[in-house]
Amino acid sequence: MSFLASFFGRKGSAPVARDRLQILLAHERADRGEGGSDLLVQLQKEIMEVIRRHISVDQDKVQVKLDRQESCSMLEIDIEVPGLEKKSADKNG
Amino acid sequence: MAKVLVVTSGKGGVGKTTSTAALGAALAKTGKNVVVVDFDVGLRNLDLVMGAERRVVFDLVNVIQGDAKLAQALIKDKRIDTLSLLPASQTRDKDALTAEGVAQVMEELRSKFDWVICDSPAGIERGAQLAMYHADHAVIVTNPEVSSVRDSDRIIGLLDSTTEKAKNGEKIEKHLLLTRYDPVRAARSEMLNVDDVLDILSIPLIGIVPESQDVLRASNLGMPVTLASPDSAPAKAYADAARRLSGEKVDLNIPAEKKGFFGWLFGRSGA
Repeated sequence: MSFLASFFGRKGSAPVARDRLQILLAHERADRGEGGSDLLVQLQKEIMEVIRRHISVDQDKVQVKLDRQESCSMLEIDIEVPGLEKKSADKNG
Repeated sequence: MAKVLVVTSGKGGVGKTTSTAALGAALAKTGKNVVVVDFDVGLRNLDLVMGAERRVVFDLVNVIQGDAKLAQALIKDKRIDTLSLLPASQTRDKDALTAEGVAQVMEELRSKFDWVICDSPAGIERGAQLAMYHADHAVIVTNPEVSSVRDSDRIIGLLDSTTEKAKNGEKIEKHLLLTRYDPVRAARSEMLNVDDVLDILSIPLIGIVPESQDVLRASNLGMPVTLASPDSAPAKAYADAARRLSGEKVDLNIPAEKKGFFGWLFGRSGA
């Protein structure tokens, strides 16, 4: 934290605030437009549907991470896929 | 045993979200597992003050409606690994929060964390009522200003009548947090002083957070003030308040007008 404090100095926090708001509001305004919901969240939903068509996935073992940036965003979906042997042995799994 | 704390005030703009973030980070820094929960559905801001606004995927309403598991909606703080955030939804649907849904989420949060800190929306309607319903403790954020004190009194009344504890004949532990306090103006009788507010509200004081530029700077940077400038006067006031919440006895000094740190800090704003 101290490096951030020295980096931005005593006077310079407003530009950080402006940049953060610009990125956030660009995403939020886009969400309010046509289609409504966040593209990345929608993508995430559909990707999960496709995967579930092929393997049974435990909802608890799915981690979704998102990082919205100005020029690009990162969507990271981490799915623990059950082993094939275990799957055939345990039909309820 | 997990404790549920609601940060509330009735009036808007007095510092609920700032205080939630600062107290949450202060408690998490002591090694406690802490989650801060944004109940301001439709107008969330705790994510922004915590610096997690770009990482929100799921929210409280998604969890209640079964679209996401709680673990998927929780956002881990990048600076303190014992601190998590459960964001509010941006939906305009007033009925998105249901009493049963909130009860279920709160029960699950209690099993996972030491402290569940609920950031209440302003007002006394549904969102505010749901935020306080499950609380064991309440921090009532008050500015030394007539309308804020009046609204705090309303909220204290609700805490004593409409919450789960009240319905079971128990008492919520209420704590007054005085924010945006300017000792110079209080000394000049331009602003209600600490004793005035305590006399009127008669609940125990947990901290006095002085008016300070450090608070604005912290929210600009997306950091709780207790992390952004831990040695500043407001950060120290929040850290002490967090220790008192944990049951520690910490002396509380009322900031006074004197030639010293406060004189320097507030002297210039007196014009």
